[in-house]
Amino acid sequence: MKVRAQIGMVLNLDKCIGCHTCSVTCKNVWTSRAGVEYAWFNNVETKPGVGYPRNWEDQDRWNGGWKRKSSGKIQPKMGGKFRLLANIFANPDLPEIDDYYEPFTFDYAHLQQSGESKDVPTARAHSVITGDKMEKPEWGPNWEEILGGEFVKRSQDYNFKDIEKDMYGEFENTFMMYLPRLCEHCLNPACVASCPSGAIYKREEDGIVLIDQDKCRGWRMCVSGCPYKKIYFNWQSGKSEKCTFCFPRIENGEPTVCSETCVGRIRYLGVMLYDADRIEEAASVADEGALYEAQCDIFLDPNDPDVIAAAKRDGVPDSWLEAAKASPVYKMAMEWKVAFPLHPEYRTLPMVWYIPPLSPIQSKWEEGQIEDDGVIPDVSKLRIPVKYLANMLTGGKEQPVAHALERMLAMRAYMRTRHVDGAADDNILDHVGLDVKTVDEMYKVMAIANYEDRYVIPTNHREYAGDTPFDNDIAFASRSECGFSFGNGCSGGATKKSLFGTPTHNNSMNGIVRRG
Amino acid sequence: MASYLNEFVFGIYPYIAIVIMIVGSIFRYDQDPYSWKADSSQLLRKKGLRLGSNLFHIGIILLFFGHLVGLLTPESVYHLVMSAATKQKMAMIAGGIFGAMCFVGMTMLLVRRLTDPRIRATSKTSDTLILLILYIQLILGLGTIPFSAQHPDGSSMIALANWAQHIITFRGGAADYVMHEALVFKLHIFLGLTIFLIFPFTRLVHVFSVPIKYFVRSGYQVVRKRG
Repeated sequence: MKVRAQIGMVLNLDKCIGCHTCSVTCKNVWTSRAGVEYAWFNNVETKPGVGYPRNWEDQDRWNGGWKRKSSGKIQPKMGGKFRLLANIFANPDLPEIDDYYEPFTFDYAHLQQSGESKDVPTARAHSVITGDKMEKPEWGPNWEEILGGEFVKRSQDYNFKDIEKDMYGEFENTFMMYLPRLCEHCLNPACVASCPSGAIYKREEDGIVLIDQDKCRGWRMCVSGCPYKKIYFNWQSGKSEKCTFCFPRIENGEPTVCSETCVGRIRYLGVMLYDADRIEEAASVADEGALYEAQCDIFLDPNDPDVIAAAKRDGVPDSWLEAAKASPVYKMAMEWKVAFPLHPEYRTLPMVWYIPPLSPIQSKWEEGQIEDDGVIPDVSKLRIPVKYLANMLTGGKEQPVAHALERMLAMRAYMRTRHVDGAADDNILDHVGLDVKTVDEMYKVMAIANYEDRYVIPTNHREYAGDTPFDNDIAFASRSECGFSFGNGCSGGATKKSLFGTPTHNNSMNGIVRRG
Repeated sequence: MASYLNEFVFGIYPYIAIVIMIVGSIFRYDQDPYSWKADSSQLLRKKGLRLGSNLFHIGIILLFFGHLVGLLTPESVYHLVMSAATKQKMAMIAGGIFGAMCFVGMTMLLVRRLTDPRIRATSKTSDTLILLILYIQLILGLGTIPFSAQHPDGSSMIALANWAQHIITFRGGAADYVMHEALVFKLHIFLGLTIFLIFPFTRLVHVFSVPIKYFVRSGYQVVRKRG
């Protein structure tokens, strides 16, 4: 057993209102630079829909993630090392920028500068790349917002697999949910595996997956390797970029920007302990429907004395072990079994998990129009088909998702009897295998969701890396050093114009249209 | 004057070009690693790239190694297996085939770079320049084939190989070997040396980063300890 710790994330989709605050604050902090205008480290999609980039979930098309060979070994779906390098001159699986969208800005200056004219001047969209006028934007990170577009197109959604989907195109039966997406910081990342340069790495101490910008050579295999399409090629710098899990904040014990600014308080951050020796075994399970359980199996119980002893032996700091015990992520994923990984069938063992959303049922049920078992409504009658959620979260296995939804319904029903009816009905809890203590805690974490319950993040300063718990030498050496920067920001002589290549494009965030 | 120029271009310029290539590349790698990249434009336009880029790269890599082996293998060594005449014939055939591949590929890439609005807008001067130079160099290289054919005994080839071997072994008088060769050979050599000279200031540096380490990496995953 080799114990490693990772900061995981849970998103409670039941509470997501689709406001895009996470996407916007993330963009402002991380991708408001030339070359990554089109890149959204965090974006929110409306489901059902094909998403951004188009059809990203369809690995028959993009070849992302892993595949299990007949020998039982796994390799990147794009191919083994030879195959992958054979495609290095032109990657057949690379999306084109139009699969995301051509970045644009509006020519606002024209509104002020145009001469007198018969018609009101307009601010046309201009491509950020060429500066040319664009007829219209064609796609974007939230293109199908609130069921925008025709059902015929949206229903290409991969999660409709094995579902008779036609009826969901009818107004009376339609359903929707939001899916905020970011890098999954996988335990078995396919991007890392497909990077020929070895520039992408997983940090041992907190599991964050990063791209070493100085080592990246722009071979762009990671872009297609990642099945979530959460690695973006910066067309200006020629390097790949990805969500950093806001590591400078995480190291200081602060939540990521997307989590911090989430108005629905749907995001949770906490420590997960796992057995690094069993990653490959868990990712190689034959049955796709068993991958969710297999991933759960390698998480370790932070209260188990054996685990604690092994963790200390493997260098996990005490503060991290304490945090693991209070981790909201562990509670939701492992104790309450209400959170699930996104597409475990990609065999990446993702570490950003989702609580499936409930959907309208309650009122109809109360009117007696929907069958029930006398205690809580039947989850199979929820507006969002359980199978759809299962295709997204458990590799198609419905039982765990149904179980989670039942527990959430039971929690609501129980709390309603306690707070509205004035008499708690413990019967409801027996039904889904919960006790009062557990449901109280679920209620506190999931419904009340106070800041300190959502984010249990131990600090992780560099000085912890030394031989002693607090290494003075490292601490003083790193003091007053250059902090976080992009590119050559820390180099004393860095200038924009350089013999080794001057950027062709300026930052477009000021809205100034490029003149070709 | 002509002999001074000949001495400078084929006796001294090679050293200037190679030193700048090596020192410049080391300096860039050390001081500006963020700029070290293949600089692919596939994301912006994939059309024509799959065929063009593959033909160009495979062609040019084979041409490069053909030159390397052809120029630097000492006469005494290849005579063990073949005569100079056979070697020249092989070089002309292989060079012709790979050159043609490369020509088709590079024509596609050049058209793409000069006509596609997205690629034009994101091309640095050095991107267009290096492609044009390589293109001219390739045409010059293909243009040497008829001249080689005039010396089926391989005498031109031997002279040029002697020049290259004298240069890399720091022996004097290298330039004399080139003196009486056809102009197209001289231009091809001069432009080739110029490519070495500008190498560190272009995207060509990515050839130093051929990811062979990928094969020796144990497994697929990379985990970094802090420190």
